[in-house]
Amino acid sequence: MPRSISKGPFIEPALAKRIEAAQRSGDKRVIKTWSRTSIITPEMVGLTIAIHNGKQFLPVYINENMVGHKLGEFSPTRLFRTHGGKTAKATGVK
Amino acid sequence: MARIAGVDLPRDKRVEIGLTYIYGIGLTTSRRILSRANINPDKRVRDLEEGEVGRINAIIINDVKVEGDVRREVSQNIKRLMDIGCHRGLRHRKGLPARGQRTRTNARTRKGPRKTVGIKKKETK
Repeated sequence: MPRSISKGPFIEPALAKRIEAAQRSGDKRVIKTWSRTSIITPEMVGLTIAIHNGKQFLPVYINENMVGHKLGEFSPTRLFRTHGGKTAKATGVK
Repeated sequence: MARIAGVDLPRDKRVEIGLTYIYGIGLTTSRRILSRANINPDKRVRDLEEGEVGRINAIIINDVKVEGDVRREVSQNIKRLMDIGCHRGLRHRKGLPARGQRTRTNARTRKGPRKTVGIKKKETK
């Protein structure tokens, strides 16, 4: 079930403040955040945000197609490992 | 006989059901189309008159997205998910279920037939 519209989109207040500051100053430095539940707003487009996945911050460049998704969707929390030993396929990254 | 949107409708079914054989039309859409075209949904497809077929056709061409168009839309949506690299997109890329289902067992629709992995490295040594 989706979030009630009357509540409006959720953005971590601290993050929202930093986004706003970055946009106003045209500052393109990477913004680190733990807030995976924050929704991507149109204001974030063009910024690079480093999203915590529980271990490290993965930098993600936000484009307009991502608006409406949550930040956490772009920072996978699990590492996928295959069975089958050292075939070329298994040793290749991803 | 009754060809609508490039699909042959089953002749012996009720129109209401027959229309759902077109990709992109379910029961709801089918009923809406028929009420707009003023056709009794219980009528059989084979009993439709030319004019009635024409009315249905006109409505579908003008207002309903069917067949190729719907398929394209769906695959574009999936492609978008894959391009932005979000979780659902990654799941689509790997051919795994995208809505949080378990994959320890089941998930065979997405994963396809079982591939046994077991230990079978003996012969090379």
